[in-house]
Amino acid sequence: MAPMDTNIESRTIAVLVDNEPGVLARVIGLFSGRGYNIESLTVTEVDVAHGLSRITVVTSGTAQILEQIKAQLGRLVPVHRVRDLTKEGTSVERELALIKVAGAGEKRVEALRIADIFRARVVDSSHDHFVFEMTGKSDKLDVFVDLMQPLGLIDVSRTGVVAISRGAKAL
Amino acid sequence: MATEQFTGAEIVIKALKDQGVDTVFGYPGGAVLPIYDAIFKQNDIKHVLVRQEGGAVHAAEGYARSTGKVGVVLVTSGPGATNAVTGLTDALLDSIPLICLTGQVPTHLIGNDAFQEADTTGITRPCTKHNYLVRDIETLSRTMHEAFYVAQNGRPGPVVIDLPKDVQQGKIDTYLAPEDVKHRSYRPQVNGEVDHINEAVELIANAKRPVFYVGGGVINSGSSASAVLTELVRLTGAPCTTTLMGLGAYPGTDKQFLGMLGMHGTYEANLAMYNCDVMINVGARFDDRITGVIDEFSPDSKKIHIDIDASSINKNVMVDLPIVGDAGRVVEEILRIWKEKKHSLDTKSLKAWWLRIDEWRAKDCLGYVQDGPIIKPQHAIKRLYELTKDRKPYITTEVGQHQMWAAQYFHFDEPKKWMTSGGLGTMGYGLPAAVGAQLAHREDLVIDISGEASFMMNMQELGTIAQYKLPVKIFIVNNQWMGMVRQWQQLLHGNRHSESYSDALPDFVKLAESFGLKGMRCEKAEDLDQMLQEMIDSPEPVIFDCQVAKEENCYPMIPSGAAHYEMLLGPEDSAAKPISEEGMVLV
Ligand SMILES: Cc1ncc(C[n+]2csc(CCOP(=O)(O)OP(=O)(O)O)c2C)c(N)n1
Ligand SMILES: [Mg+2]
Repeated sequence: MAPMDTNIESRTIAVLVDNEPGVLARVIGLFSGRGYNIESLTVTEVDVAHGLSRITVVTSGTAQILEQIKAQLGRLVPVHRVRDLTKEGTSVERELALIKVAGAGEKRVEALRIADIFRARVVDSSHDHFVFEMTGKSDKLDVFVDLMQPLGLIDVSRTGVVAISRGAKAL
Repeated sequence: MATEQFTGAEIVIKALKDQGVDTVFGYPGGAVLPIYDAIFKQNDIKHVLVRQEGGAVHAAEGYARSTGKVGVVLVTSGPGATNAVTGLTDALLDSIPLICLTGQVPTHLIGNDAFQEADTTGITRPCTKHNYLVRDIETLSRTMHEAFYVAQNGRPGPVVIDLPKDVQQGKIDTYLAPEDVKHRSYRPQVNGEVDHINEAVELIANAKRPVFYVGGGVINSGSSASAVLTELVRLTGAPCTTTLMGLGAYPGTDKQFLGMLGMHGTYEANLAMYNCDVMINVGARFDDRITGVIDEFSPDSKKIHIDIDASSINKNVMVDLPIVGDAGRVVEEILRIWKEKKHSLDTKSLKAWWLRIDEWRAKDCLGYVQDGPIIKPQHAIKRLYELTKDRKPYITTEVGQHQMWAAQYFHFDEPKKWMTSGGLGTMGYGLPAAVGAQLAHREDLVIDISGEASFMMNMQELGTIAQYKLPVKIFIVNNQWMGMVRQWQQLLHGNRHSESYSDALPDFVKLAESFGLKGMRCEKAEDLDQMLQEMIDSPEPVIFDCQVAKEENCYPMIPSGAAHYEMLLGPEDSAAKPISEEGMVLV
């Protein structure tokens, strides 16, 4: 019997599902019921004509658990396809964040300067606040949020990861 | 021409008919009255009134398991649906195809905490293969047919259809027939990959110490699956063992059969698993009751795993050769190639392997001594088997020691004769399951091998037995203990029998009589055969209170946390090998 691998890896998995009531609850229930991790989960309808939604879930576990997660997702009745974007080739991953920073004076100037370096856009502002919009890899967003912390960060809203494979092939 | 109009309730009945349903197990209530009205107005579908919704689900399981068809349940909203939850979970774990129709409050009241409202789809989501809430009558006929497709295809399981009352009462002039409905996404893989099947044939052909390890998947795959499997096993000459759920998939009286494996399996089956060099798992799932401690599970074997559910592969045990597909189809392919290539196992190795197995067999791990007037429970079941085997009875069980003894001492030469709650271990399963089996097979002998404690969990179904004049035989192995609990308390908890005594039992004979059934009590070994014969010959339903030795334990036993070779064969072993601390935390 092959020894079990105990390394914990992170994976981004794309799941194409029927956009029917309860489908998200089914997926989330699967993760909580079987004790799998969800690091990020996003879902939106992507094909209105065919009523299909796409779920992107970032999860972690041993190689064996990750295979289990995919197999368990695959046997849910409304699931059309499950793809491991991390393992099967390369992919592009992005997340969007809206970040609200309040304050005045030096800190305000500094916040704007850093936002500029990070290519964050100002989407709302007043004399005493900014809302920045920023898109990128999650770790880049993490860094930006950390930098805003001492500069008056009061609110963050993030979408979670969306991902798509590189190259000319569809899911 | 005026188009024909159907109510939602009529569509439900029409769809059931079109799916070939002849029997529905149910219990009425406010939220399903329109369906009950539609049932009243027709004669094709027989409704069987149970005495509690939990009984309806187990009865449908017994019906499904003994026929290979889908079992159908009809219950009302709220408490009707929540009472069904145990049975649904049971069917999920044992892969039994069911459709459970639940009433629901009208759509405009959903979410209002209306009278008898429960979030049925929310509650049953984790205990069904799939579930539906039908909000729109337009989708009703499609949903009905889809549900039947989902319940039966791939790994079978229970499907709930929640039906708001306004949908049942609504009207529509269109109805989709089964052949008009194709599922959008669900396409289970039934044919195994050709390369893997070829590889499996080679692996088996080169085995020196092969063993077939067969599970309930073969029974679910249909009678022809059992037939091809049996042919393959016989052709190879290899030994075969089955799980609790797999009993009957391979003939239980065949000389190549090693008996059941696992926690209370035979010594020879478990040691064959431990020592084999090629394991052929057909439709079993490496359940913890089978493997014992995983690190020491069959350490030197190459493992082939045939399963229709890809998520069963490498879940508990890492295998060398997975084949995702229907057990029957894959085995048929293996058999075809085996014959085509004129393979045979190496005679010398196989002979040596059987010599070892025969040594293990010689331990006679199921041996017991019946002496004196007190009936040994093992003896009771063995005699029941001997006296009924010619009638090829349908056997259901409850959960506990009697269940394991039934698995050990009753032998099944055919699939679909044995119904037990394996995965969930639900006390109270056997009596309603026997109701379902008897309804499907009116002329056959159906016996619930029961424990006195389990019997009490669903004994309200005696009313159903009486009403439909079902000649079910309820054979209570009455040891006056929750025997399996007492056994664990003895082995793991210093013999402190905390709350495991079956106190204040009814007089089972009088109980039977109060329902108009026949009651019998046997207290002495010398009376057993004659009384058993009387029970078997009786055209009536019978409760047979078989008073047995109170403190007998069920052996062999692989204690939790132990390996196959660490089996306890009897009380002397138990004293000598205390259970590890790691084992204590396991169930
Ligand atoms: C619904 C349910 N509750 C509790 C248990 C735990 N349990 C397993 S066996 C058992 C005792 C069964 O006693 P009895 O029916 O008399 O059978 P015996 O073991 O004595 O043959 C209990 C309580 C269970 N399996 N199912
Ligand atoms: Mg008992």
